[in-house]
Amino acid sequence: MDKSHAPAAVSAETAALLSRTPPVIEPGHTFESVTESIGHVVLSKRTPIGWFLGFFIAFILLMVLNLTIGNLLVTGIGIWGNNVPVGWAFDIINFVWWIGIGHAGTLISAILLLFRQQWRTSINRFAEAMTLFAVACAAMFPLLHTGRPWLAIYWLFPYPNTMGLWPQFRSPLIWDVFAVSTYGTVSALFWFTGLVPDMATLRDRAKSPFARRIYGMLALGWRGSAKHWQRYETAYLLLAGISTPLVLSVHSVVSFDFAVSVLPGWHATIFPPYFVAGAIYSGFAMVMTLAIPLRKFYHLEGFITMRHIHNMTKVMLVTGMIVAYGYANEAFFAWYSANPYEEYMMANRMAGPYAVFYWSLIAINAVMIQLFWFRSVRDNIPLLFILSLLVNVGMWLERFIIIVTSLHRDFLPSSWDMYAPTRWDFGMFAGTIGLFLALFFLFIRFLPAIAIFEMRTIVPEAKMKSEHHG
Amino acid sequence: MAHAAQPTQYGLMAEFDSPTALVSAATKARLAGYRKMDAYSPIPIEELNEALDLKRTRLPLLVLLGGIFGGLGGFSLEYWASVIAYPMNIGDRPLNSWPQFIPVTFETTVLGAALTCFVGMWALNRLPQPYHPVFNVDAFSRASTDRFFLVIETADPRFDAHATRKFLEGLHPVGVSDVAP
Repeated sequence: MDKSHAPAAVSAETAALLSRTPPVIEPGHTFESVTESIGHVVLSKRTPIGWFLGFFIAFILLMVLNLTIGNLLVTGIGIWGNNVPVGWAFDIINFVWWIGIGHAGTLISAILLLFRQQWRTSINRFAEAMTLFAVACAAMFPLLHTGRPWLAIYWLFPYPNTMGLWPQFRSPLIWDVFAVSTYGTVSALFWFTGLVPDMATLRDRAKSPFARRIYGMLALGWRGSAKHWQRYETAYLLLAGISTPLVLSVHSVVSFDFAVSVLPGWHATIFPPYFVAGAIYSGFAMVMTLAIPLRKFYHLEGFITMRHIHNMTKVMLVTGMIVAYGYANEAFFAWYSANPYEEYMMANRMAGPYAVFYWSLIAINAVMIQLFWFRSVRDNIPLLFILSLLVNVGMWLERFIIIVTSLHRDFLPSSWDMYAPTRWDFGMFAGTIGLFLALFFLFIRFLPAIAIFEMRTIVPEAKMKSEHHG
Repeated sequence: MAHAAQPTQYGLMAEFDSPTALVSAATKARLAGYRKMDAYSPIPIEELNEALDLKRTRLPLLVLLGGIFGGLGGFSLEYWASVIAYPMNIGDRPLNSWPQFIPVTFETTVLGAALTCFVGMWALNRLPQPYHPVFNVDAFSRASTDRFFLVIETADPRFDAHATRKFLEGLHPVGVSDVAP
């Protein structure tokens, strides 16, 4: 009875699902076609003109970064708008923003792997690259905020220095150093491990001897041996398992930078989950921002299908709602605590000098994302591109509001002041966007933006057939 | 015919065009008594573990040890720095304030485990390895795209240049080739 009943129910359900859910890979792909379409982007001698145009813009912004860093090191951090009482501003806002963006890459590569979400396969590689580049941009801000980074390492890293000083391990800022450097390292290991079999593919397919040599070195002599694959798959799964708690810890630790203090607006127990959700939300927005032009210009619609776009939108909807709950929770506790400083902090956010930014972020992160409920919105690629950019703006504003409004009017009215960024603040922020984009452009030109070997595992040819003909 | 491996040959390589054919060939080769062999494929194939009777890897144990070492190392470092090397008495609070040492301990645990996993996997696989005989076969360049290979090494006690070739040809491969050492 069971046997006759189950298949019918499953197939009816599957059929119903298939009619509405786009596939994770376009039908008709084979081992060869998958390898060729993704590998071609890298091995082709012709670089699209659009690539040069995009890289040129990114490169200009990168030069702006060089200029601002040069001036910062020569003049000092006085060129920034930070001053008492707002001692932390763009540097920490941008740090949190970039680190948050990185989180989606690890979520896609590790957590979705553990949950056996097949759709992660075609977006994990470039999402991981995005993570690495975002962490690189993020790390720059706190380092340069020290003004003389080469003198700062003795309180950042524990090493036996001539002064006999050791870092303060009770400080969340030191936790941050460990969390971010571990995160960067583990992300790089995970990314490189995933790349090795693809490097072997490129080594075997490259026409030019130079490319063959470079990819050959990066492939480490990979030959696809069954014994190697067995350990490789184990290692990949273990790295995913290790990265999963790591990624949750990183933004929790970042939130401790604030939550461990006593400042109204920062001193809140909701911060770790609220920050992690915000990180994933903004990270998926960035993945979307990158995926939409990538699939369009490199004709990868067969790999990054509407299924991926839909799923990413849904993840943004869920995490965005968690973030919106965080806003509501902050406001509720400001009132429920009956603490005049907390109450004033919230009133100042809603009606103070920075209120326009507060309401903009509410409009984006709590109201606008409700559009993602509608299938017609999820199907509209140009609209989604604009919405994903707006989400990134919204999340940047969130960090601005949390940091600046909490600092600029704290307990003592005598110490209140306004904060305004200088052009060097903007220059450095724009510069890191340039660095991020420049690295991303180089990445899509020289490395496979989609994991080729993982895509091969989801084509129909990879399925084992049950009958054994000799 | 158990004798020393001939220096002129590494083994015999059979080429297949589907994962199913490779697994079936590997199973048959093992049932025929061959032990010194390996399969090569562009995708991981779980069924090959059984077909080739591969042992489970020690990697998870190493990773566990790496994680424990990282965690103990991280905590010891914090304890040593905060209690022994640079004690700071602030309002007579305990020097060994262990709850505040947990975040860094967690991160170093993760770092120890991840580094062990990465280094351990490549070391157990004996990679990077700049040279390997299988690359001498031209057809092998498709092992990273869409072809599947089974290599029986001359080091196998049952290897016999003629009989093994006959056996591999009986598995309906795309082709069989000699692998130069």
